Amino acid sequence: MARKTQLLPKIALGVVGWAVALWIFFPIFWMVLTGFKTEMDAISTPPHLIFHPTLQSYHDVFAQENYWHFTFNTVLMSVFATGGALLLGVPAAYSMAFFPGKRTRGTLLWMLSTRMLPPVGVLVPVYLIARSTHLLDTIIGLGIINLLTNLPIIVWMLYTFFKEVPVPILEAGRMDGANRWQEISVVLLPLALPGIASTALLSLILCWNEAFWSLNLTSSNAAPLASFIASFSSPEGLFFAKLSAASTLAVAPILVFGWFSQKQLVRGLTFGAVK
Amino acid sequence: MFRSWSLTMEAVIATPERVKRKSGAGVFLSPAVIILLIWSLIPLVLTLWYSFQNYNLVDPTLKGFAGFSNYVYLLTDPDFLYALLNTVLLVLGVLVISVGGGVLLAVLYDQDFFGRGIARVLVISPFFVMPTVSALLWKNLMLHPIYGVYSAFMRAIGLQPIDWLAHYPMQTVMMIVAWEWLPFAVLILLTAVQSLDHEQKEAARMDGAGPIARFRYIILPHLSRAITVVIMIETIYLLTVFAEISVTTSGGPGVASTNLAFLIYSRALLQFDIGGASAGGVIAIIIANIIAAFLVRAVARNLEA
Repeated sequence: MARKTQLLPKIALGVVGWAVALWIFFPIFWMVLTGFKTEMDAISTPPHLIFHPTLQSYHDVFAQENYWHFTFNTVLMSVFATGGALLLGVPAAYSMAFFPGKRTRGTLLWMLSTRMLPPVGVLVPVYLIARSTHLLDTIIGLGIINLLTNLPIIVWMLYTFFKEVPVPILEAGRMDGANRWQEISVVLLPLALPGIASTALLSLILCWNEAFWSLNLTSSNAAPLASFIASFSSPEGLFFAKLSAASTLAVAPILVFGWFSQKQLVRGLTFGAVK
Repeated sequence: MFRSWSLTMEAVIATPERVKRKSGAGVFLSPAVIILLIWSLIPLVLTLWYSFQNYNLVDPTLKGFAGFSNYVYLLTDPDFLYALLNTVLLVLGVLVISVGGGVLLAVLYDQDFFGRGIARVLVISPFFVMPTVSALLWKNLMLHPIYGVYSAFMRAIGLQPIDWLAHYPMQTVMMIVAWEWLPFAVLILLTAVQSLDHEQKEAARMDGAGPIARFRYIILPHLSRAITVVIMIETIYLLTVFAEISVTTSGGPGVASTNLAFLIYSRALLQFDIGGASAGGVIAIIIANIIAAFLVRAVARNLEA
């Protein structure tokens, strides 16, 4: 902009902008801070901002709480669900983006409508089916549910990204004798890689943070981090420092992941409605 | 059943028609379609079936066709009406806070000020925090009547700390959920604001339009599509808020913070009443569609304008 912004309003804007940002972020900041306190410091009134930092709570979480077990479950489940959904979603999106038929739009909308089915509405049968197929409290079981709930969103996003790939490039590949699989794997995938990456990213975040099915379908064996943290809602939650350390460990990977990928996320999340 | 949703999605995503070519690619589409068909139909049919059965996991003698008794029992239960009201309040409350606040913050963070990139990152952070963590974080570290930071703050300015979750359970849950979803709205709306042509804003200013007029006649119309997307995605999730309630209040005190999701959960997995919980599930599905249709009408009008 050619116009010079006046200094005073700019400072005022900065103050408001930063005040709001710090206020919204404060609980996360406080959680990280409390994780480095002793239990005594954590419940001191009034709360201390200055204290002797200690790694005791982190030590406790690793030693007593089997943190790695839950993290392993979360990572495995998220990767399984995302990988499976991409495996099903890429061919489906390819077919709809490049060979649209009369029913393509209807199919897409119907897929999204399955996502709008409230999970509570089908909690009972899913629980009973999982129980009778021995998928209750297994990583595979929870992974399948996450795969299914994310698949519509993944197909939509991939479809949006694939639509941006110029058709002549694919046709050129076909002229050179590429079959369908080669067309997808050699021509399309490299071109649409950024889009596929942001789709996978969103799916991983959704899986990592998913709570409803995690709390209802797993207990100890396959419990992901979301359930692990929920176990602190018992009176044990009064160990504030330990709770904070465990929470920080559960949130940090995906938070950092999110910070670095926010631009890609927006691209995918808006289904192309926002440029 | 999901017609109204479909209509909005069509309005939102205007798909430009491509040249139709020989298909034969249906084989690529079918695995996804078949698996989603199974996923969307079988549990739905089973829920419907169970809802007409006497089926309790702890009482095997109680069996057989129940007619509408599960529905009658549920619909005449004051807890159910309360849960219904809470569900609607939660969805609408969080939507108002996150969309209203989201628009304002999107405009704020579009302005140029020192360190705005970092400020933006801080604002969107809560969206990446898992629901169980944010619920415990607010319940214990922020709002705990003795040790919470907010309580300490209230004491510092000479007020009596409030036990928020005990006295205002639903409002507090709403606030926690809004804290999670406001950042999402900001993330999407900020991108939309940034895509606005600066020339256009500049031209309006040259013509003497004040900040409010520019907001009302240029920014807001430009945002309508993004707002629609935010409302739709958030509604999907808000209708089934569960972890935040389960972790903070367990639906209480009494049923003060019980929504439909939590009511069905407690019927099914705590009271083992499969029939009753399934009837609740069917009603939840119907309500999801009513709310969707209602929302969509308001949104569609906005899109045409």
